Formats: sequence, C-alpha cells, structure tokens
Amino acid sequence: MNDVDSVADVIAVACLLVGAFFCLTAGVGLVRFPDVLSRMHAGTKPQVVGVLLIMTGSAIRLVGSSVIWMLLLVAAFQLLTAPVSAHMVSRIAYRRRHVRRDLLLVDELGGGPDLYRGDEPADAPPEEPAQAFVESQPDQGTGAGDGKA
Amino acid sequence: MTASDVAVRRLRNQVPLLVSLVLVWNLLWGTWSWANLISGTVVALAVTWLLPLPPVAGGASFHPLAVVHFLGHLIRDLALSSAQVAWDAIRPSGLRYGAIISVQLRTDSDLLLTMIAETLCLVPGSIVIDLDREKRVFALHLLSVRDDAELEEQRVRVRATEDRVVRAFGSAADIAALDQQPDQPARRPAGRSTS
Repeated sequence: MNDVDSVADVIAVACLLVGAFFCLTAGVGLVRFPDVLSRMHAGTKPQVVGVLLIMTGSAIRLVGSSVIWMLLLVAAFQLLTAPVSAHMVSRIAYRRRHVRRDLLLVDELGGGPDLYRGDEPADAPPEEPAQAFVESQPDQGTGAGDGKA
Repeated sequence: MTASDVAVRRLRNQVPLLVSLVLVWNLLWGTWSWANLISGTVVALAVTWLLPLPPVAGGASFHPLAVVHFLGHLIRDLALSSAQVAWDAIRPSGLRYGAIISVQLRTDSDLLLTMIAETLCLVPGSIVIDLDREKRVFALHLLSVRDDAELEEQRVRVRATEDRVVRAFGSAADIAALDQQPDQPARRPAGRSTS
C-alpha cells in the first residue's frame, strides 16, 4: 500500500514538474518569438500541455476529493478555448498587418488582387517597410516623378 | 400547430447543449445529487432561453474505433508539438523562417470544419489564420519551416488530420466525400504570390 502511494506521488510530482516546465517555455516563447503569429504558437501548444499535465498531477494527488471533477473541466475548457482565442488573435493580427513578412518563407494568403482586406486600418504599417521608407524620401526619383505628375 | 412544431424542433436541436450544460453544472458542484440535477436543468433552460445559439446544422455521428484512433493521434501530436515549440522557444539560435500556406479541404460541414480547425491549432507547427468557407480553403501559419519540401509535408499532414476527424465524427455523406477525392493533389489557389 505504501509502495503504491509513493509510486503515485512520484508520477504526480513528475507531471507537475514537466507541466510547469512547459508553461515556462510558453512564457519564454512569448518573450522571444518575433511576431504575433509565432507568439500564438507558444500560447497554445506548450501552454495547453502544461495545464493538462498540471491537472493530471493534481488529480493524482487529490484522488477521492470532489475537486477532481473541476480539474477535468479546466482541462476540457483549456483544450476547447485556447485554439479559438489563438485563431482570433492571429486572424486580427494578420489583417492589421502585424506580421514580420521578412521572416516568412511564403505567404499564400497575401498578395493577389482578389484578397479581402475589409477591416484593415488606415494607420496599418506598410506592407514592405523598406520600400515604403525609400518612397517617402523627398529627394528620391519617385518624389520627383510625383511632382511632375 | 406550426408554432409548437417549431418549438419542438428547436428543443430537439438544443438537447445536446442542454445535457452538456447540466453535466458541467454537476461537475462544478463536484457531487452527484437530484438537487444538483434539477437545479442544473433549470439553469441550462434559463441559459439557452436567455442566450439562444443558432442550431448546429447537420449534426455529428460517432464512430468509436475511429474516435479512439483520432484521440490517440491527437495526444501524440499534442505532446510532439509542445516539445517542438518549447525547444524553439528556448533554443539559443531562435526561430527559423515561418510560412503562411493555404490548404484545400474536402469537407463541407460547419461542425467538422470547426473541429478540424481546433485540432490543427494543437498539432505540430500550425495555427489556423483564416478559413474561406465557400472554397473550403484553410490558411495556416507555420512556426518553423526549412524549405518547400517541408511545406508539402505540412499540407499532407493537414489533410491527414482532416481525414481522421471526418472519419471519427462525420456523417456517411462526409466520409463518402472524402473517399471520392482520396488523393487529390494539394493544389494551391490561384492568385498567390511569394514574398
């Protein structure tokens, strides 16, 4: 009996520690990743697994108490809501151009004349920052061309 | 007569929602009792009456073996993808390039597309950015890719995920639609541009 208890304790501790580690990497990812879209990856996957593992560890330690059902609910709703919120934030970030395009290999959603750009704000950062900077310089060829036209 | 017919149909559409609300209520209390069951039913009816949701058209069926297969893959994918993202986060060299790809799906059901999108957010590498409902095209952001070959790999993986979800929860018609186009090449929609 005692052995069974200590084995369960070891498993619970392992779950809690690994879960805490995953939550930590989620936080580190939020700080280190370069743009909103990448940060959402850190906010969903390691975060969800971290919470699931912590719930599992707590459930093993709390066997027999009614709190376990609440842990189950927390886990279920974490699984259901984290992807939805990540999707909503990414979608808005993409449409408001908070995307580091220089870090994208391909962008099959962007470009093309038929792209829907319904809710893009007037003060959105330019699509190509470097080019926009060159065009905004008054003594460049583009500026003179504008003056003639 | 018609009014009561509509009411009955609406109630029948709401039954799964009501049952799940009562279940959540009982889980929150942590104990099982008739008082919890009855109060939960009252609360569920009040919630669905005060905050009505549109009914989910089509509905889902349930294929036990395929569901086990799907859940097994989901757990494995979840563990794999978190380990991957965790490593990307703490690795000194930082991230490789990201990518935004679009993938053509074959399913035509709101509920199934929702489940596929949720699953895709939890499997390695992808987050759903946008969904063109009419053309059934998902736009996904990939966290870390090396080359074009890896993009194709991801496309295949997305369609495999779709396959598992539909076979687990889809109706017979959905599964038939899947079988009709078993290995349609993952074509890219026209009008794309590489940046």
